[in-house]
Amino acid sequence: MSLWNKHAIFEKNSIILSVGILIVVAIGGLVEIGPLFYLKNTIETVGGVRPYTPLELEGRDIYVREGCYLCHSQMIRALRDEVERYGHYSLAAESKYDHPFQWGSKRTGPDIARIGGKYSDDWHRAHLNNPRAVVPGSVMPRYGFLADSPLDYRHVREKMKVLRVEGVPYTDEDIAQADADIKAQSSPDDTAAVDALDKRYPKAVAHAALGGAATPTEQDAVVAYLQMLGTTVDFKLYDEKANWR
Amino acid sequence: MTIGEMLGIVLSLLGAAVAAYIAANAYTAAYAFHMIVFTLAGFGSAFLIFKRYSIRPAVTPQEIDGRPNYNYGPVKFTSLAAVFWGIAGFLVGVIVATELAFPDLSMGLPWLNFGRLRPLHTSAVIFAFGGNVLLATSLYVVQRTSRARLAGELAPWFLVLGYNLFIVIAGTGYLLGITQSKEYAEPEWYADLWLTIVWVTYLLIFLATLWKRKEPHIYVANWFTLAFIITIAMLHLGNNPAIPVSIFSPKSYIVWSGVQDAMFQWWYGHNAVGFYLTAAFLAIMYYFVPKRAERPVYSYRLSIIHFWALIFMYIWAGPHHLHYTALPDWAGTLGMTFSIMLWMPSWGGMINGLMTLSGAWDKLRTDPVLRMLVVSVAFYGMSTFEGPLMSIKVVNSLSHYTDWTIGHVHSGALGWVGFVSFGALYCLIPWVFNRKLYSLKLVNWHFWVATIGIVLYITSMWVSGILQGLMWRAYTANGFLEYSFIETVEAMHPFYVIRAMGGGLFLIGSLIMAFNFYKTLASPEEAGAPEAKPALAAAE
Repeated sequence: MSLWNKHAIFEKNSIILSVGILIVVAIGGLVEIGPLFYLKNTIETVGGVRPYTPLELEGRDIYVREGCYLCHSQMIRALRDEVERYGHYSLAAESKYDHPFQWGSKRTGPDIARIGGKYSDDWHRAHLNNPRAVVPGSVMPRYGFLADSPLDYRHVREKMKVLRVEGVPYTDEDIAQADADIKAQSSPDDTAAVDALDKRYPKAVAHAALGGAATPTEQDAVVAYLQMLGTTVDFKLYDEKANWR
Repeated sequence: MTIGEMLGIVLSLLGAAVAAYIAANAYTAAYAFHMIVFTLAGFGSAFLIFKRYSIRPAVTPQEIDGRPNYNYGPVKFTSLAAVFWGIAGFLVGVIVATELAFPDLSMGLPWLNFGRLRPLHTSAVIFAFGGNVLLATSLYVVQRTSRARLAGELAPWFLVLGYNLFIVIAGTGYLLGITQSKEYAEPEWYADLWLTIVWVTYLLIFLATLWKRKEPHIYVANWFTLAFIITIAMLHLGNNPAIPVSIFSPKSYIVWSGVQDAMFQWWYGHNAVGFYLTAAFLAIMYYFVPKRAERPVYSYRLSIIHFWALIFMYIWAGPHHLHYTALPDWAGTLGMTFSIMLWMPSWGGMINGLMTLSGAWDKLRTDPVLRMLVVSVAFYGMSTFEGPLMSIKVVNSLSHYTDWTIGHVHSGALGWVGFVSFGALYCLIPWVFNRKLYSLKLVNWHFWVATIGIVLYITSMWVSGILQGLMWRAYTANGFLEYSFIETVEAMHPFYVIRAMGGGLFLIGSLIMAFNFYKTLASPEEAGAPEAKPALAAAE
């Protein structure tokens, strides 16, 4: 059995065994991940996808912090019942600025990839404070503490700079105006500021801050994030066939 | 004082100073707390190295009376840490399971909410409990099968204490809201960097011990451990590259985004299962089952074939977590194909483990520890059949996003990883502490209580998962969706209650085990007990 004896080289030399292992375990990842970076049809060509506004970005960071992704997916699969329940199936392009992705893996609660605009701000606030007040059978925890926590956005410009390094197209002006944009989006009375925000971030929805507080709360940021989810792409203009793969 | 000890003290104090500086300038209180923990760890480490220096003999002998002078200190520490973290992890699991049945249990407290406790549960059971079991067993097995003392004197202690420091940082971080949201890789950038240093130390200690071996061949269990250490390093580095917002901020952003990040995540996530929870625990099987049954491994050739096939194919299986999503179809199809092929090497391992019992099956009646080990291999066989089944696209379209996945994971985690770990600990703790196990009867109780718990857990999750999947896609005669989402949530309630009860039984079983170990260690040392028989001969 000469073939079996040849395996002894791995059993007698730990370095040869280690190199062998490394080669064998590297192949699968190289083949499956590598092409995603250069095959053009991986990410669809579609208009409308934009970076998060500073307030939405802060809201998203809170969404991550609280582990919302553990119960809510943000990935509508291309299946009949999902498209009818949640809306158009999710495109890769819609999460291309998501560092990290938030597709999720479990639906203890519903998918929220297209939750934006489906409910009012007040509904979201009531729901976050006590989910069972608006959805009696819900098993979601209460997130009332978000309404009591002022949003700490002192470092939002640093965050945007890091994301820009990673490929999110924030401009110098976006970063310089971050604080003003947060104020505009959470207290929409200043129409000039809101217009400036809307020019930088099309379809950014302005939200009235709770009780006219001087600084936005963490809840304001989360609501701003939830209300933009899935709203950026206009599917009337989306040419599915052009992106067939 | 050796160069290593001096270097250790200097680096510890330097690390403490850097951490203290960061703590003083930290953006958030939670991050400052973590840096204070690192500072204290640095001072503690310098103190311990000095204290050890002042009492240690000038030279630690490699052999005493011609027998290797095995280093059991780090093994003892990690085996007891595993018992502690296991109970903690199972307890948090029961709490989160109960929260899903009774959501106001968390009282709206941020750190008690499901979203923060769930990563605590998964990390505590996988990395704290499982990780310490793996450190204990692998550091024991590599010494015994090499007939050599563990390489290094300070390094093994740095490894086991540093790893548990990582656990503390990760776990407290989740409670305080520090997470990067990558499942099973939630710790933030600074914890990841720390783990990288610890892991490289692990690889070096393991290789250096193999270099000292007196056996010509590297025993099969060590192949699996080596594959586990190398692959986890690769996965950790691939999945976690991130840019911190500032060195003073716990927050970072992963460099990958969207679809590529999703693929990296499940390449990592599935192989955390494949290498952390499978390959590494197969190493336990390959040492403890033959040892306990007093029979040689069934087939040397099968172990070669299934080793290389398993590690090659597992890596490809990740995309089956992303069927019908925005990940391109070709990747999902590749993932599914390899997942189905993976069934064979998985069962190769199961057969090799079970058939090792040939001629010793009667021991299952009399030895509950061996029974635990064998049943774990049976659960391994079951969940590695279920996994390929669920990776098939049409099955996955039903099972994905539901509790079926949770049930599948737990048949593997409780049945395979849990039982093989308990079986190994029941062997290992009496061996390294040189005591007689207090009670086999209590092991029997542990076995049955935990088994009933597992059965309740996985059957309730099968029913709830398949039920919910079917309800989501149910249509009325008029072609409308039949159920609103909340109706499907309400239907889950009884199964969530049963699941929590099953988890509770599993927890009770582990408490019985802890009591058994307490009584074992409280008993007087076996005077002059003969050393356990020499390690198994390498497979030929």
